[in-house]
Amino acid sequence: MLTVLFDGIAYGMVLFILACGLAVTLGLMNLVNLAHGAFAMAGGYAAVVLVNRLGVPFLAALPLVFLLTALLGAVLERLLYVHVYARSHLDQVLFSIGLVFMSIAVVDFTQGSQQQFVRIPDFLRTRFEVAGVSLGAYRLLIIGLCGAVALLLHLAMTRTRFGAQLRAAVDDPRVARGLGINVSLLFAVTFAVGSGLAGLGGALGAEILGLDPSFPLKFMIYFLIVVTVGGTASIGGAFLAALLLGVADVAGKYYLPEVGAFVIYSVMIGVLLWRPQGLFGRVALR
Amino acid sequence: MSAPTAAPASTPTAARAAAQLARLSRWHPLEVAFWALAAASLVLVPDRSLLVAEIAVTALFALSLDLVLGYAGILTLGHAAFFGLGAYAAGIAAARGVTDPLLGLAIGASVATAAGWLSAFLVLRGSDLTRLMVTLGLASVLYELANRLSWLTGGADGLQGVEIGPLLGIWEFDLNGRVAAVYSLSVLFLGFLLVRRIVHSPFGWSLRAVKGNALRAGAIGLPVNRRLVAAYTVAAGLAGVAGALLAQGTGFVSLDVLAFHRSADVLLVLVIGGVGWLYGGLVGAVAFKLAQDLIATLTPQYWQFWIGLVLVALVLVGRDRLAALPARLFRRRAAPALAVREAGE
Repeated sequence: MLTVLFDGIAYGMVLFILACGLAVTLGLMNLVNLAHGAFAMAGGYAAVVLVNRLGVPFLAALPLVFLLTALLGAVLERLLYVHVYARSHLDQVLFSIGLVFMSIAVVDFTQGSQQQFVRIPDFLRTRFEVAGVSLGAYRLLIIGLCGAVALLLHLAMTRTRFGAQLRAAVDDPRVARGLGINVSLLFAVTFAVGSGLAGLGGALGAEILGLDPSFPLKFMIYFLIVVTVGGTASIGGAFLAALLLGVADVAGKYYLPEVGAFVIYSVMIGVLLWRPQGLFGRVALR
Repeated sequence: MSAPTAAPASTPTAARAAAQLARLSRWHPLEVAFWALAAASLVLVPDRSLLVAEIAVTALFALSLDLVLGYAGILTLGHAAFFGLGAYAAGIAAARGVTDPLLGLAIGASVATAAGWLSAFLVLRGSDLTRLMVTLGLASVLYELANRLSWLTGGADGLQGVEIGPLLGIWEFDLNGRVAAVYSLSVLFLGFLLVRRIVHSPFGWSLRAVKGNALRAGAIGLPVNRRLVAAYTVAAGLAGVAGALLAQGTGFVSLDVLAFHRSADVLLVLVIGGVGWLYGGLVGAVAFKLAQDLIATLTPQYWQFWIGLVLVALVLVGRDRLAALPARLFRRRAAPALAVREAGE
């Protein structure tokens, strides 16, 4: 019982790291970026190459993966995404689906279509017994790491000047621009950090979620659920939504395997109909 | 349609509007040429009948999406839900002994129409993003359902034993697809006539008004939500017919009909041909399927890469600029008087 909860929390933490960048970019630029999962996949494969082929220690590879995918995000943002901010949602959807398809084919071509695993050091493979609950060391690491990142993000959003500007820009980009905030720079940085976090999530989550070329499509709906259910206004909303989704998904697979993912989708539709702004949307958090 | 008819021309304005509508809905010679060419393809390339049938199915599917997206302005990522429902309904009916193709078509259409009507009320709520998520979610729910209900749908193995009887009791479906091609093209033409009628009716113009600005459309007295529900329902039914055609033509239904990439593909098909233009889906289907046929023989595995590249390029270059080219050739000079111009096109 508690093990399921524990696994669910770890799963939700990974989902949060994967999706939090999307929450901000969607809220800030109103950009429907379905290709967010492609960055996560890039991070996963970067970890595979670094750890398995180049022999970089797993823990040292994680920050590298973050930097690499953040760089990739920044480059793509400057080169391609800037052109679609002002476009219609249809254009953004088409554009980002196109990117997803291309990323899938490229990864398939260079890495093969089979599922990949990141080699995890042995000390992370052990399990502990704490008060009768069996805890995996790797999942503990995930929870610790992702929890720390979430806390950092929260502090960055609420305590720093950058965070204040970002929140202002999410609330009303036009007025923020009028106040002299460089919104496009803000967005570029946020996009890069969000992509980097997605990459980090991809690297960490390869073990839990499975990593193969169809990753961006398989988990696209999960990211979108986190964002739409959590609302785009705060880190906290996305965090709670991700945890909820993670626990519900793991528990669902464990207790009701025959029902499958379909409960999650139904709940999402229900939530969206009930509160189109998300469960923890702007109104709820003020 | 339930829209205020322009027929009793009591005032000069109404008379002018009626004349305008009639003039706009007249057949253009190029349209006739298009359909003549489509019919001729059956005789000219008899060995490619399977491809012709496939194109017709894709075209009908894209046409139904055009009604939702191009005319009513509803952004959907789950249109395959209705396509798949139609395919499964027709396929299951055939597997259970209802072998008449036209009856199967009717079953597929009615199941999809009912589903469309029910889900239309969900789709009405919220912004573009919410609609996107709800449609995507609905399609995913159906995919999961079809996957789980394997006693009904065959699950991941696909639906086996789809037996299709002869068309009208006369023509047997043959292996090289001649009958399927004729059948699919005829159904496509009928579907096209229906959509053409809708688009040129006052109802169709009111849809464009809703798409242009729902708030203003409501302010001039259009029942915005009812119009959207109606358009969504009709489009769902047409998508169901397309799915049923596929099931009958290939004699097989797999989970693939509900998959996400089908919704994405049909979006691409429509975008290639031009959104909000009657022939957009048809032209797009021809281009898409021919390109797929060509590329698939060269690099079957990486077909997806080229789709992606085309999508990205289309958006970066600008859809409207590209789409304006054929549309200008095909479309009659729009009348300034009845200028419910498709804003933003």
